[in-house]
Amino acid sequence: MPPELIDVSDDPRQRREPVVARAGDDAPPASFVVELAHFSGPLDLLLTLLREEQIDIYDIPIARIAEQFLVRIRTLRLDEAAEYLEMAARLLRIKAQMLLPRHEGAEAWDDPRAELVRRLLEYQQVREVVDVLERRAESRRNRFARTAPAAPERLAPAGPLSAAMADLLAAVDRLLRASRGPDIHAVIPRALDVAGALAAARALLASRARIRWRDLVRAGAEPWEILSVLLAVLELARLGECVLRQSLPFGALEIVGLEAGPETLAGNSDSVGAPALPPLDPATAYDTAGAAA
Amino acid sequence: MTPLAQLLEAALFASGMPVSAEALAALDPDATPESVEAALIELRAQYDDGGHGIEIVEAAGGWQILTRPEYTAAIERAQIASRPHRLSAAALETLALIAYRQPITRADIEEIRGVSAGSILKSLLERGLVDVMGKADALGRPLLYGTTPAFLEHFALRHLGELPRADELAVALRPAVEAAPAPAS
Repeated sequence: MPPELIDVSDDPRQRREPVVARAGDDAPPASFVVELAHFSGPLDLLLTLLREEQIDIYDIPIARIAEQFLVRIRTLRLDEAAEYLEMAARLLRIKAQMLLPRHEGAEAWDDPRAELVRRLLEYQQVREVVDVLERRAESRRNRFARTAPAAPERLAPAGPLSAAMADLLAAVDRLLRASRGPDIHAVIPRALDVAGALAAARALLASRARIRWRDLVRAGAEPWEILSVLLAVLELARLGECVLRQSLPFGALEIVGLEAGPETLAGNSDSVGAPALPPLDPATAYDTAGAAA
Repeated sequence: MTPLAQLLEAALFASGMPVSAEALAALDPDATPESVEAALIELRAQYDDGGHGIEIVEAAGGWQILTRPEYTAAIERAQIASRPHRLSAAALETLALIAYRQPITRADIEEIRGVSAGSILKSLLERGLVDVMGKADALGRPLLYGTTPAFLEHFALRHLGELPRADELAVALRPAVEAAPAPAS
């Protein structure tokens, strides 16, 4: 729900204190205004001004009010909101019209404020209804209904069919469309082949003392193949058949067979300690990172 | 309690929403509007006099079982249920306009409120408080908005007639002749 729908102030009487978003007092004025339902619009602000000054809505001292309106929207930093600017412009125009000389005794003088007064009265009426609604909503808010699950949508009772040809055609069209059905992509589960990868890794380790990750994973391997190799290699390490080494973070993975390596022959074959081997050529270190990822 | 009152009690308990008198009458083939009315009054008296934490309330053209307001704070503190958010002043103004002027277009709402109403209308539609009632004949065939039963329930109204009539509002008490401002002297 957007914030403007909800009244964030807990006490409705406190909502005349506007909160305006800004980075800080020293910062330049924020280029956007978060108006937290304090003034619900320029008419609300105008009406508040009139009430504060105890001004008769039918005889508004337009120059004074226009000035105050401008000051207020500047202090509230509402002067970048189009609706408030529009009202400010309207007030200034009325002010200018009031300054135009009038002929003495001219009967047909249209008060330039008339339209504004009409709008203010209309708006004031809305505010009165809002007060009523607010009171009623508050009383209902304090009562809970049971939260029963919603009743299933009821079907209209079948009656004699009355439909024009166009309706029938439209219905047929809808049915045809629905029967075609959406394109559903079939997802086929692919089982991992850990046993196969394990056998391949063992075979390779039997012939070479140390192998690299990219020796086990062919270029363009599918994800399930990569995962199979990963699990197989981890399994080999767990069984103590190899040691995994990485010369640097995210570097190429080096798989050293413990049965075949010359260092292992010298040492304890049960040891999982990594035999001291020179790191792989750094130039290729990052190459295989993509395949492993 | 009469068997009918017990049946109505069960039905109101089963529904979270207000149930109309017609729907209640349909529960029992022998029920008449009068007997349903009498049973509802009996049921309400039962709750009111018997010392209950809930009561029977008439709202949105129907009847509903609600908790009594004096227990709200305790229920909310225990986090068993929480009160809905209050609507903002802007949302209430928009609803007030729609309630009185329905069916009304968005342009008319904006004209009177002096601010754009698009996002508020969208939220009110999502909350089900207003609905599109049709399209106006004006240029561009703008949508016409009106209030829903959920609106009545939200404001504990039995029907729209419970809102003050337009001529009962204080502003309208001013004599119409004064509405035209006197020329500034």
